[in-house]
Amino acid sequence: MPDVSYDGQTVSVNDEGFFTDPSQWTEDMAPQIAKAEGIDHLTDRHWQVIRFMRHEYQAKGTGPSVRALAKTSGVPVKELYQLFPKGPAKLAAKIAGIPKPRGCI
Amino acid sequence: MSGTIEKVSIIVSKGSLEGIYPGLIMANGARAEGIEANLFFTFFGLDAISKKRHEHIKVASVGNPGLHLATIAGALPGMPGLLTAYMERKMGKLDIPAIPEFIEMIADTGAGLYGCQASCDLFGLGKDDLIDQVTGIITVGEFYALAAGGQIIFT
Repeated sequence: MPDVSYDGQTVSVNDEGFFTDPSQWTEDMAPQIAKAEGIDHLTDRHWQVIRFMRHEYQAKGTGPSVRALAKTSGVPVKELYQLFPKGPAKLAAKIAGIPKPRGCI
Repeated sequence: MSGTIEKVSIIVSKGSLEGIYPGLIMANGARAEGIEANLFFTFFGLDAISKKRHEHIKVASVGNPGLHLATIAGALPGMPGLLTAYMERKMGKLDIPAIPEFIEMIADTGAGLYGCQASCDLFGLGKDDLIDQVTGIITVGEFYALAAGGQIIFT
């Protein structure tokens, strides 16, 4: 498992770049992770999704898939793909420092 | 061949519930992974994007060995409706959306939805007969151009 540095701290990530220990994440790391994924600026809408992903992970032990994310976060599918073009659930999970959600829908 | 798939173009050629869903799940799943996706509906697959039929897709109750149901039972009047309602109920519990909602969602992810020109000619369908989310009606040659550089999945 490679180690990466965000916001001056070392965190461990898996081969795909997802945090192996979500408790190592801080909000200040999010913009750096986002930038590495091609999102230069996190708007309030981005943050709404990121915080929601984190909340869902803490409540349920796993992040939501795109459909669940759209239904419960208040951000519709179309907008999710505009905010996070290369796969919203996947990208938002990475930026939020939680494991990749496993779902087919 | 590089390690990741960048684009998939999925052909939906069947009009039964179990014939349509796999293609939709593949397309939605591709978009969730950041993979570009196109859906091409041909022959009875057109039912999935037809205004008249897209809310009435049924499970094939006869000639469907996967159902493990005797042909004579599957042929009884009302069986397709019964089996479809049962499947839809089970899928609803897993939050798998119904076909019209699913296709709308897939269109929202930015996937391209296309009808087959030849099949539309065959069934006498025009753009107005197809749901609004359809990007266009294209020929097989145009489909190949669209699919170029990516994977093609036939369902």
